Parts: sequence; C-alpha cells; structure tokens
Amino acid sequence: MDITFNHVSYIYQKNTPFAHKAIADLSFYIPSGTFTAVIGHTGSGKSTLIQHLNGLVRPSEGEVTIGKYRLTNDEKPDNMKMLRNLVGVVFQYPEHQLFEETVKKDIAFGPKNFNVPEDEIENRVRDITTEVGLPEELLGRSPFELSGGQMRRVAIAGVLATKPKVLVLDEPTAGLDPRGQHEMMDMFYDMHQRQALTTILVTHSMEDAVKYADNVIILNDGTKYMEGKPEDVLTQREALHNVQLDVPEMVQFINAFSEKFEQKVPFRRQSEAELAREIRQVLKGAGKDE
Amino acid sequence: MNNALIIGQYVPGESFVHRLDPRTKITVIFFFVFIVFLANSVISYSVLIVFALASMFTTRIQIRYILKGLTPVWFLIVFTFLLHLIVTNKGTVLIDIFGFSIYSGALIQGFAISIRFFLLILVTSLLTLTTTPIEITDAIEDMLHPLKRIRFPVHELALMMSISLRFIPTLMQETDKISKAQASRGVDFRTGPLRDRVKAVVPLLVPLFVSAFKRAEELAMAMEARGYQGGEGRTKLRELILGKRDYMVFILFIIVTALLFLTRNY
Repeated sequence: MDITFNHVSYIYQKNTPFAHKAIADLSFYIPSGTFTAVIGHTGSGKSTLIQHLNGLVRPSEGEVTIGKYRLTNDEKPDNMKMLRNLVGVVFQYPEHQLFEETVKKDIAFGPKNFNVPEDEIENRVRDITTEVGLPEELLGRSPFELSGGQMRRVAIAGVLATKPKVLVLDEPTAGLDPRGQHEMMDMFYDMHQRQALTTILVTHSMEDAVKYADNVIILNDGTKYMEGKPEDVLTQREALHNVQLDVPEMVQFINAFSEKFEQKVPFRRQSEAELAREIRQVLKGAGKDE
Repeated sequence: MNNALIIGQYVPGESFVHRLDPRTKITVIFFFVFIVFLANSVISYSVLIVFALASMFTTRIQIRYILKGLTPVWFLIVFTFLLHLIVTNKGTVLIDIFGFSIYSGALIQGFAISIRFFLLILVTSLLTLTTTPIEITDAIEDMLHPLKRIRFPVHELALMMSISLRFIPTLMQETDKISKAQASRGVDFRTGPLRDRVKAVVPLLVPLFVSAFKRAEELAMAMEARGYQGGEGRTKLRELILGKRDYMVFILFIIVTALLFLTRNY
C-alpha cells in the first residue's frame, strides 16, 4: 500500500502552555512494497510519525493517506480496525505489551481482535513461532517467565500474526545481543520480500539502513532533513554531522581508505566481502603501475 | 493523556507566586479555606474574590488555561447552585414554575455557595499550578517536623509522597504507550458494548502493573546501592528559607482576614 504524508504537522497538547510541535510540514511518499528507513536523532519526531501510520494520532494539519485510508485533523476512516489490521506496528520494547497467561494466547491476541477464525489462528501461531525462532515448547509457558530476548520475539510474533500489509518497526532490535539483532533483522527482511510488505524501519543504526533500505528519510526537529537512496544520502558526512548522525562504518572505512591510498573505491552498498575483493583489486592494480 | 484536568499539573514560571516559599503558600491556602466559610456579605465575599483573582493574575499563567482546567469542576458548581435553588425556601417567592417555587433566599444562598466552591478550587489549584510536587512534599515534611517527637515517620512519609508524585507522569506515559500498542493489536478502548470495554482494560492493566513493580524494585535497588538509609542526619540541597516576599504575603493575608472580619454582616 502506498503511503503519503502531505504537509503534515502534529502539535502535542494543543492550546496549553505545554503545546509542542512534534512534526512540522512533513511531506513524503512511500511506494508500495518498498523498504524505508527513517533515521533521526532522539526527539526528531520519529515516534510521532509512526503513530500516524495506523491512526493512533491524527495530523493537526495536513493529510496522511495509507492505501485508501485517509487521515486528517477532522476526518478518520470509518473502519479504523481494518486500517490497524493492515498496518502492523512493532513499538520500541514491544515486550512491555505482553499480558496473557501463555505465550500462545498472547500471540493469538491480535488475530483474535481482528476476527480471524479459530483454526486459522492456530496455524498462524505455529508458523510465526518458528519464523521468529521461538521453540514450540514455550507456547504453553507464561510470557513473564521468559528471557528478555524471548519476550521480544513473542511480542513481535504477536504483531506479525495479524498478517499486516504494512510493517512498521520502531527500533525492533534495541537491547538485543548482536547475534539476535542480525537474526531479527534478517527475519524481517526475508518476510518483507516474501510477502511483498511495505516496511518502515525506524532506527539509529546506519548499518541496518544501508543493508536493507531502498529509501532513507532523515528527520531533524520534526521536519524532513534529507531523503533518497541510502548510497546517496548516507555518504554525505557533513550534512549528517550537522544533525548529530554519522555515516555508516563502511563509508567511514572507504573514506579513510581513499584518503590514505589515494584510490577511489565507490560505495555501492556492497557487502564486506565484496568490498574486500574490490580493495584487493585496487591495490593489485596500483602495485602493477609502479 | 487527559488534557482537560489540570489539578496537580505544575506550570513552570518565574512569577512572584512561583517564587514564594511553598510553606507560605500552603499556610495561606490552609487558612484561606477556613475564612472562605466566614464570609457572609457582599463586601466580605468581594474581599475574598479580589484576593483570589489577584493571586491568579500574579501567577502570570494564561487565565484561559487555568479556567479551562477547572472545567471538570464547573459541573459540580452548577449542580450545587441548582440544588440550593430547589431545596432552600427562605425569603420571598420569585418565580413559580410547575409548583416549584424559587425563593430569593435560595438564589442568594446558591450564589454564595457556588462562589465559595469556586474560590476554594481556584486557590488550591493555584498551589499545584505554581509549586512543583517536590516543593510541596518538602514543605509538608518541614511543617510536620514537630510530629517526629511522637515517633511519627515524617521523613518516610514525605519520601513516599514524593516518590508517588514523581511516578505519576511516568505511569501516565506508560499507560499511553501500552494503550497505543494494544490499540495497534486491535483493542478498541472507546467504542463497543460496556462489557467489551471493561474487558479491554485487562491488556492495559497487566503490563502496567508488571512494569510498575519492576520499576519499584529497580528504584529500591538503586537507592540501596547509593547508601540510602532514611532521614537520620540527612541534609538538603535546597533548604527552605522564608524571605521578605513571604513575610509580605503573610502580612497581606492578615490584612485580608482582618478586612473580612470587619466587613462581615455588611
């Protein structure tokens, strides 16, 4: 589903001394089936942006459309539940939303709310547990007995079990160990491709943005600071530094390498192995010249 | 979050009222609550109204905001007024509708009580609007100090108060977060039959309690790690000291009280 933001502003606690603009005149377009990374410093309006995507908040000004659903200040879709079923949101630290007696019931909670038939729920729960890498024995246990990483997986499974068309991820790997982070992101990416999802990832990790995103939106102070392909946006060191962001490690490395050896190696979002090969090539070539 | 209700909401500022010693504010309001009930004439009420409105203006908080915050209480005020109108039968009959007689005494009584009500709520909300919760607990701890003699755990009580006040916003945020997360999973808190809406509270309350207990445990641990062991010999970073400003307010308030006594029955 296509997503558009058309001059969207959002003001918290309007008409009070605490009024505060979280988003100001934000416009962008996310085509269906793409993977978009939203990057920004703390307080740049990322979380507020996310809440517009499934109608948790409505824009103070401007207009948001998600597929055929349209949100403005005084207009909301008649069927909010349908919208929420289509847009699955994994919030930051989603394990805080667990509440059921068993893992199984908690994963089934979303689908049940969206009136998925009982036997279908059963299937989905089984599928999704293996997908997120949870052992099936855990299904009967209380979610509060699990480790932090397992709780996170249960919570994510609970969102994925609703089979959304748009997947919104708010720092889904924060606080996990490095291996868990990789597994989790690969799982999301795999799912994104297989189910042709429209995915929006809010992250601090430039590496994740480089690795997975088709498009990058950089927010600063509630407005769009930069937008474009990762290889174009994430290589602009000066511009990123201005908003307290760093270029990805690989770009840092390539820059340092180019400076030191006076050889240009282009950044094309290649993998580490590919980059190593290219560098070998470059160095070999340089050696022959002399 | 509930934007309408501001009772207990502090608005930062630098006004005269903001900078008063919290003990001054509490004392003055404490006695104000008493003297409100002594007023019984137009002039004595006017004295109180002038005092309350003057204090309101000196806070330099948007008047609109203060009055908007009182909206939940307007209902009570109007209700009291109507109740008095119906129940009281003093004075002369003013109008007669469907066998209900509205007496002149009732009208006056209704007005007087509503004004009392309004003044009480206005002045007490001025306290919380201009004083941080921490200042209030500090002041209470200080004012209850004499009770220590009879082994009353004043410090512990104050600590409990400040901790619970400190965590109100945190819990509000947490509630907001969790309810949004559950709403995303298809919970409907707003519409549907009452039974369903009551059931919808479970997915909100369980995570809230879990995190509150976890937070309490972490706080206890952090306090112990930093060697906290109660009020004995503990010093304060910010001592409360009465200044010129505070004495001025006390004198002003005594004048107001004296005026009130003089104008009673007029």
